[in-house]
Parts: sequence; structure tokens; C-alpha cells
Amino acid sequence: MFKSIKLRAVLIIIFLVISVIYCLPNAIEPQGIWKRYLPSDKIHLGLDLKGGMHLLLELDTVKLLQNMVDRKFNAFKDAMIRDGVRFLGLDTKENALLVTIRPEQKEKLYNIAGKEFSDLKAGTTRTEGENIVVEFLMSEKELDNIKDNAVNQALETIRNRIDQFGVTEPVIVKQGENQILVQLPGIKDPQRALELIGKTAQLEFKLVDEEGSARYTGGLVPEGDEVLTLKSKNRETGITTTTPILLKKQTLLSGELLTDARVKIGGEFGNEPYVAIEFNSEGARIFDKITAENVGKRIAIILDNTVYSAPVVKERISGGKASITGGFKMDEAKDLAIVLRAGALPAPVKVIQNITIGPTLGQDSIKKGVQAAILGAALVLAFMMYYYRLSGIVANVALFLNIIYLLGAFTALKATMTLPGIAGIILTMGMGVDSNVLIFERIREELRIGKTVRAAVDGGYQKAWVTIFDSHITTLITTCILFIFGTGPIKGFAVTLSIGVIINLFTAVLGSKAIFDWILMKYKPRSLSI
Amino acid sequence: MKFVEIVKKTDIDFIGFRKKMLVLSCILVLLGIVSFVMVSIGKANLSVDFTGGTQLQLSFSKQVSIGDLRKALTNGGIDDVQIQEISGTKEFFIKTKMADSEKERVQDKVNTILSNEFKEAGFQILGSNMVGSTVGKQLKRNAIIAIAISLVCIVIYIAWRFTFIFGLAATIATFHDVLSVLGIFYILNMEMNILFITALLTIAGYSLTDTVVVFDRIRENMAKMKSKTEFGSVINRSINEVLSRTLVTSITTLIAIGAILLLGGKVLFDFSFALFIGIIVGTYSSIFVASPLIYLWRKRIR
Repeated sequence: MFKSIKLRAVLIIIFLVISVIYCLPNAIEPQGIWKRYLPSDKIHLGLDLKGGMHLLLELDTVKLLQNMVDRKFNAFKDAMIRDGVRFLGLDTKENALLVTIRPEQKEKLYNIAGKEFSDLKAGTTRTEGENIVVEFLMSEKELDNIKDNAVNQALETIRNRIDQFGVTEPVIVKQGENQILVQLPGIKDPQRALELIGKTAQLEFKLVDEEGSARYTGGLVPEGDEVLTLKSKNRETGITTTTPILLKKQTLLSGELLTDARVKIGGEFGNEPYVAIEFNSEGARIFDKITAENVGKRIAIILDNTVYSAPVVKERISGGKASITGGFKMDEAKDLAIVLRAGALPAPVKVIQNITIGPTLGQDSIKKGVQAAILGAALVLAFMMYYYRLSGIVANVALFLNIIYLLGAFTALKATMTLPGIAGIILTMGMGVDSNVLIFERIREELRIGKTVRAAVDGGYQKAWVTIFDSHITTLITTCILFIFGTGPIKGFAVTLSIGVIINLFTAVLGSKAIFDWILMKYKPRSLSI
Repeated sequence: MKFVEIVKKTDIDFIGFRKKMLVLSCILVLLGIVSFVMVSIGKANLSVDFTGGTQLQLSFSKQVSIGDLRKALTNGGIDDVQIQEISGTKEFFIKTKMADSEKERVQDKVNTILSNEFKEAGFQILGSNMVGSTVGKQLKRNAIIAIAISLVCIVIYIAWRFTFIFGLAATIATFHDVLSVLGIFYILNMEMNILFITALLTIAGYSLTDTVVVFDRIRENMAKMKSKTEFGSVINRSINEVLSRTLVTSITTLIAIGAILLLGGKVLFDFSFALFIGIIVGTYSSIFVASPLIYLWRKRIR
């Protein structure tokens, strides 16, 4: 491929120097002036090798059920109004709805409940003067179901968020009834991770009650309204201030209908990051309707009960696009986009344990494993030297180059090393040794039929190349697909193996061949120690 | 010139052995299929990664080594335990797939074991909880999709570089190896965890490489030999020619894995054991499975 030995030597050395520079921080901490110009990242180790952050989250099931009952309350109210049931009172009590009606309306009421609310069981009925109060209960089984589903949903949502955050191979499992255990490897900014995972991310759009606001001076909140805080950041001083704001309680649109959320930069405040959101067709239709109906009024954009902004609707907005501004920093905007995309948690979560833990493999196993691997590698090197003599040393140099390149590439790509990744490296090393064995056996064959050393080396490399190429490309195809479609440990395995295979192709053919060529040119040997 | 050699020039009739070896391979594959079904219905020795189980939090008043703790629990009959220390404390999380039963609570069992072994270390069980499986449905589905697509692509690539039958034979041989290791693990009732899955992927990669090397030589010899030559002898000759390479590569890999197998400790034992038998089976299959399969396809070169 490359005829000139010099050119090949230069390539090998350039790659070696780059790899060593990237590898260095793993061995020594760069000091002084070097710190500024040299990379300082170490190889990230996964949860299985190093441990990390251990979080135990608990889903607030009380709030969950309350949300559930609230939703049922609204739906029931709407259904009764629609079907013309004249109710005199509607109330909630724990997990039950209480409806006060005149006795003659009873049948109509049961009709609605039976048809649309099959999960509600009619409970006791008591008379209160001329009226009756009917109780509708959620069954215990139904409640358990809701709790169970909510925990599973929260787990999937958190998994989604962590995946999009780019953490390699986290552990996310359900623990007990309503707890979720999360373990994350080597997180640099634990506070940020915590906020990302723990944020409920309930996005809502509500109307600002302008009239009410004008009269409202604190104290009693007008009927159908609620008071939330508006967070606003002074763009010059960076100070965040909060002011109470009066909103209509009804949610016009919520984050469930969101299809996408992305960070964008620009807009009315120059170079400020904001989150552009997009709704699905139903969301777009609703958004179109509410903006059309409320031109000139303010609509508040609320995330987890904090108003981020309350812009005035200037015109009707079709197409289902909106943006959330709030003086975000880049990281904040990124994380917000992630949580909006991944969806809201069904209820708030509480962090009940936040500690740092050791590797899942156990420190004892890792120590033993490292010792054993070093011994194994030494034995392989010794074997190669015994079997192929001086050529074995060439092979070992190639293998050594391989490892340095691999570690350099690994550090530079900021990949996370896990045990499956190490399995990939073992396979790479096996293939590296195999390439050399293939080449050497070929050279021996050529020598046996009486070719000169020069011809035998060239012929051996040439013939072995086809085999090496085929076997490496087959592996590379597999690893690429495993990388694209695989998750977790499968991906970790695919990353190291694909990097390894490419490096292998380079060193097996270019690396050791250059050394051979150089020796042959310099010493012109009559026989070869192989 | 003299070389250090494991085998001298050989002339073994590998194709002649094919019927005997076919019996062995069929047994291995059948065993593998049975174990695959058992794994699918959850009747195999699956680790806590797949099944979920119980997590306990322990604390000691004196420093206890993780290795001693593991040894004590293993001797006491909890041998699938995963131990993580809580940094900066003398506390540990231990995870096992055992679940509380009516007869016995996991917590009590651990209590009994540890009170014998760590009398002076003043241990305490801080909490016991049921935990779910680490391997989500999504992960399982993605893995299966990824493996299926890569198999198809391998068949296509090898079919392009060689012929279709070579691609098919290589894929069957790879399946044979993965199933064999699965079967052997099942029969020995060894625990299958996430690392085992990685080991299976590694074995598939190794097996494929090994098969391609043999196929490559067969292709080369097919081009060289006369068209009337009996195909079996081409295959035999090719395998004989690459035999020393096959053995040297297998031996070096087995040396490396063997070191981890013997000295890597309990957790890595299963992983390296899978790799160890996988490499043996992978080497065997390129000679006795993949090659006879293409012999079935035709008896003469052209």
C-alpha cells in the first residue's frame, strides 16, 4: 500500500505520539503550562468497574392518586354538564367522588358512571335533606394498578432521560413498591444529574387572569383561579426574581401532546438559548384554538408549577410550535429539552438516598481480574517470542502499538470503559495476535517452498492480507450494527471492538510490515528468525 | 530454515470425520435449543440482572473486606451475590436473586450466615428491599434486533466475497457455537448474567473470524486446483494448511483467557469459562461444522 518505509514510519509515530498524549492523563496529572495545552480527560470507567452515584427515588403516590382523583373529578364534571345532569355539589374525599343531586336525577347519574367511568364503583348513598349524596369509589385493585403503572412509567421516563443525557450503562431498577433505584457511573456534575432525573417536568399552558390580577392584592384567591410564581431573570444582572401571578386554574394544553423539544439559540434576546417545542396534530389544533380565542391576552407557560414566561398572544398560532424562554444557561436549556422530550413523570419523586457506591463487580474481583489479565498478556507475549523468535518480538511490538492506539482512541472519544468493553478488547487482542500468526505462518510456507527472505515476507503479507481483511470486515459489519441497534452492554462491547478492529487492520498490515521492511533493508538477512 | 512447530505438515482427512462429528454437533445444538427455550420461559439459572431479587444494605462497625464478605455468603449458600461497597463508609449493598419466601426471609438467612462469620465485626442489616430486573424489555428487544440484522449482513458480505453457501455455513457455524456454549452453561447449571451475553457475542466474533480464515484458504485452493478435483480433498488440504495457524491462535487466546479463568476470582470465572469453551467450540466448528456444510453443497469444485 505505502511503498516508502519513511512515510509509514512517520504515520506510525504520529499516531503513537497522539495516542500517548491522550493516554497520559490516565497515568500522570498534567502540570503547569502543560495543563493548558494537553488533554486532561481520563478514561471513564463504568459502573461495573468504578461505581458511581447511587440514588433511591420514591414516587409520591399520595400526590399521584390526588392527581388521578382530580382528573376524574374534572372528567366527571364535564360529562355531567354535557349530559345535563343537574348536580348540586361535587366534591372529593380521599379516593372517592361525592356527588350531591336531587333523587330524580339518580338514574341519569348512574348511566354516566356505568357507561364512561367503569373504574368507579358506586358506593354508599345517603340523604341530606331533600338531596342525596352519591359516593363513587375507585376500587383497591384499580388503585394498585395505577400505582404500579405509574412506577413503571416513571422508570421508563427516567431511563429515557438518562439515555438522552448520554450516560453509559446505568442501572435503573424498580425497588419495593414505589421506589426506583438509579445508579450512574462517573457523573461529573451530580447536582445536574439529580435535577434532570428528579424533575417532574409537567408542562402546562394556562391563561393569566388579568382582571383578577388587577384587583388581587394577596389573600383570598378568586374562584377558579390559582396563584403561582413567575420566575423572571434580569438579563443584565442575572438576578432571578419571583413574583406571584394569578392564573385561571383550567389547563388549556399540557406537555403530553408534545412531540419534540430542542434547544435553539437566538430569538428576541440575542444569543440566548431557549427551548423550541412542537406539538402533535391534536396539540397543534388545541394550540391554534386557544391562541385564536385569546389574542391580546397572556398565556402562561408553566413547568412544575412555576411560570417560566407569560407572553402576550399577538396573533393566532397554527402549526403547533411554541418556545419556552426564561434566561436559561445552555446546560439548563439542554436538560429542559431532554426532560420535555422524555416526558413528564406521573407524579413528583423524592430522593431518599443519594450516596456514592463502589463497582458492581466488586473491588476484589477487579483487582484479581487486572492481575490475571496482565499475567495472561505476558504469557501470550512470551509464547509469541518462543514460537516465532525474533519475528515474535516484531509481533509483540505491533500488539503493544495496538494497545496504546486503542487506549488513546478510547480516551479521545470519551467512551466509557466497562467489562463488556474489556471483552471487546480481549477479542481485539486475540484478532491482533491472529493477524500476526496468519502472516507468519504464510511467510513460513513461502520460505518452505524455497523463496528468498524478501520474497517470502512480501508474499506472506500479500496473501495473508486477503484473509485478514475479510475476517476484520466481517467483524466490523457486526460491530457497527450492534453499535447502532444495541443498547447497554451490547453497545459498550461494540464500541471497543469496532475501534479495535480498525486499529488492528492498521497495525497488522502497516505497522509490523514497516518494521520487517526496515530490518530487511538494513541487514539484508539470508535467513529469517520466524 | 528451522521453525518451532506445534504440528508438522499434516494430512488429516477431516471431511472423513464429518459424520461422527455431525452427531456431536447435533447433540450440542439440540442442547442449545432446549436451553434457549428454557431461558426464554425463565426456567434457567438467570442472574439477578434478569430476574430481580432482594437488595440488602449492611453495615459493619469494623472494616470488612469485600472478598471475605463474598466468601462468607457463598459458603452460606448465597452464591449469586453482587456486592457493592458504599464509598467512605463500612457499609455494603448486596444483591441476590433470592426472594423472601414463606419458609425463610433473605434477611434472616443473611443474618444467620453473617453472625457466624463476622461475630466481632458488629454487623447490622439496615434495610431489605425487593428489586426489579436491570435488563429492561427495551434492551432485550434491541439486542435481538441487532443480532438478527448483523447475521443477515454477515451472510450478505460473505456471500459477496465468497458464495452464498459460504455465508450460510459461516452463520450456521456461529449459531452452533453460541448455542453450544449456552447449552453447556445450562447443563452445568451455571449462572447466566449480562456478562454471559457479552461472552456469547465475543464467541460469535471469534468463531466467525476463525471460519473466514478457513474459508479463505478453501477459496484460494479452489482457484488453484483442477476443476475435476474432489471437493473433499480441497477442503482437507485447506484445513491442513491452516491447521498450525488455527492451533497457534487458539492456544494463545486460551492462554490469555485461562489466566483470567484460574486467577480472576469468582465473578470473572463464569465469564472466562464461557469464553474458554467458546474458543474451543469455535475452533472445532470452523473445521467440523462450517467446512463439511459446504462439502454437502457440492462434491467437486465445478
